[in-house]
Amino acid sequence: MQQEPIVDVRGLNHWFGVDTARRQALYDISLTLERGSFTILMGPSGSGKTTLLTLIGCLRAVQDGSVRLLSQELNGAGEAQLVAMRRRLGFIFQAHNLHESLTAAQNVMMGAQVHTGVPDALAEKASVHLLRLVGLAERADYLPANLSGGQKQRVAVARALVGQPALLLADEPTAALDKESAAEVVDLLIRIGKARGMTVLLVTHDNRILDRADRILTLEDGRIVRDDRRAPA
Amino acid sequence: MMRLLQRLFGRLPIGWLQLTHNRMRFAAALTGVAFANVLVFVQLGIMNSMATATLRPYEFFRADIMISADDANALNEGENVARQWLLQAMADPEVTDGIGLFVTNLPWNRGEQDISLTTFGIDPARPGFLNPEIAAQAGLLEVGDSALIDRLARGIPREEAASIRPQTPLSFETKSRTLTLYGTFAGGGGFGGDGYMIVSDQTFLALFPDRRSTAPDHILLALRPGADVQAAVTRLKRLVSDPSLRIRSYADAAQEELAYQQTRRPTGVIFGFGVLIGVLVGLVIVYQVLSTDVADHLREYATFKAMGYGPRFFMGIVLEEAMTLGVLGFIPGMIVGSTILKVMATVTTLPLQVTASMAVVVFLGTVVFSTLSGMIATRRLAAADPADLF
Repeated sequence: MQQEPIVDVRGLNHWFGVDTARRQALYDISLTLERGSFTILMGPSGSGKTTLLTLIGCLRAVQDGSVRLLSQELNGAGEAQLVAMRRRLGFIFQAHNLHESLTAAQNVMMGAQVHTGVPDALAEKASVHLLRLVGLAERADYLPANLSGGQKQRVAVARALVGQPALLLADEPTAALDKESAAEVVDLLIRIGKARGMTVLLVTHDNRILDRADRILTLEDGRIVRDDRRAPA
Repeated sequence: MMRLLQRLFGRLPIGWLQLTHNRMRFAAALTGVAFANVLVFVQLGIMNSMATATLRPYEFFRADIMISADDANALNEGENVARQWLLQAMADPEVTDGIGLFVTNLPWNRGEQDISLTTFGIDPARPGFLNPEIAAQAGLLEVGDSALIDRLARGIPREEAASIRPQTPLSFETKSRTLTLYGTFAGGGGFGGDGYMIVSDQTFLALFPDRRSTAPDHILLALRPGADVQAAVTRLKRLVSDPSLRIRSYADAAQEELAYQQTRRPTGVIFGFGVLIGVLVGLVIVYQVLSTDVADHLREYATFKAMGYGPRFFMGIVLEEAMTLGVLGFIPGMIVGSTILKVMATVTTLPLQVTASMAVVVFLGTVVFSTLSGMIATRRLAAADPADLF
């Protein structure tokens, strides 16, 4: 039996603004993301990548069309339902957005404790495990201010993964990193993603990582203009 | 501390970690809250002392009902009342006894310092109308120009007051007469005088020749034990011919004067505003600290929102911070406020102190207003839109 895709988008349109300022950002987008796939979303600035990412990530309400995420329709979903759905996702942002007053381990714990009823001890154990996976076990008690840019982003990766999300959404996670750190982060996402059967949708302009994707979607002026499926490297 | 809070909240104590991350800002915030607490403590202390000082002279006497002129808002204010109303009141079957109470301020030139003593004139043959300490010495007042003096009065050294006994009386001249102090009682400086003195009604009339024995300032009545005071008041209002008189239970008279002093006299209103200003200062300080903190962490909050944390979580963080500031700011505020009141009490002899009930009220007020500030500050959280993170 064929598995239902993690993400199934049909005829998605989206607008910003009202009245005369109303501007369409997405036009009739349709796509599916299979379980365990690693997809890169590319396109020039203003092409609608971020809008699409935020709609799939339950950060905006769907206006027109259908977005089925983890078998649930998002069009018409209320705020509480969107919040609940977001707990099943992992997010990595261009800026690490770590909480400056929390240690690396505590930042990662926040990713685990968003699920209600997770005991502190279990959250702590999972956080240490994830930090070990991203090679930062010995930095668990460091505050973000005492970590390098690459290390911070790896903590952000650990935070996104600790809740074992079915879908990871990443927005330019390597943009602020040097080549070595960028490679480390992408390797991590691919390695852990494959090991856990996690789907990854990553927005990037970074040509250094294109060869790592299963699939590259290119967006221009709110439309998908190219869909390259590739054998992973 | 962190483990304790973690156990208490069932999550990482983010509010506490956020507040303590920047030690300087945290110290400044606590200082601000403590300052507001000091303001409130000092103002409340003064208000409280005014209440204590207002009620104190009522404790010198024992009565069930007091009859006063309609403009007598305080013991030492208002017109006199005719003694004939006492006789009319005595016709009530429940009224067992009554006296006229004379009161006015008397100067005592003590050389370096003039003091003013609120002086009461009473019938020493009726000790039942006096509190036990004064009643025990009432016989001393039978001698003309004798008096009992407040040993806690402002301007009278404690050792000098302590030496006043029937065997070693102290005399002084006032109103062209020589008064002799034979004993003391516990009073204390108030807002209307430096202390109190009690003389017989005859001595009082001798000191103030323009006063008449037929026109005391107030009439005190005693009822049969177990009598219904309010019912007696109602009956007396019908019985006494002058409808303009204020006929009240003695307890009500004390409370009405307290309300008058606190809400209608400038001093009471000023201290009341002082408390209000202290509360507002605290509210603004906590709000400012919290709203700045929220603004500084909008990206982190937006990240938490994106991760799936709901409004209650954010409200919890801000309220955790508000409570932390309130509780930790209260402690130094109470210590400093209490110290200031002690110093002021020494200088003024006013009953200025932090009472347990005052501490509880200020603590609860601090927590409530800190929480209120926190709730207002959470409005800024709406600006943390996770979609803006991308």
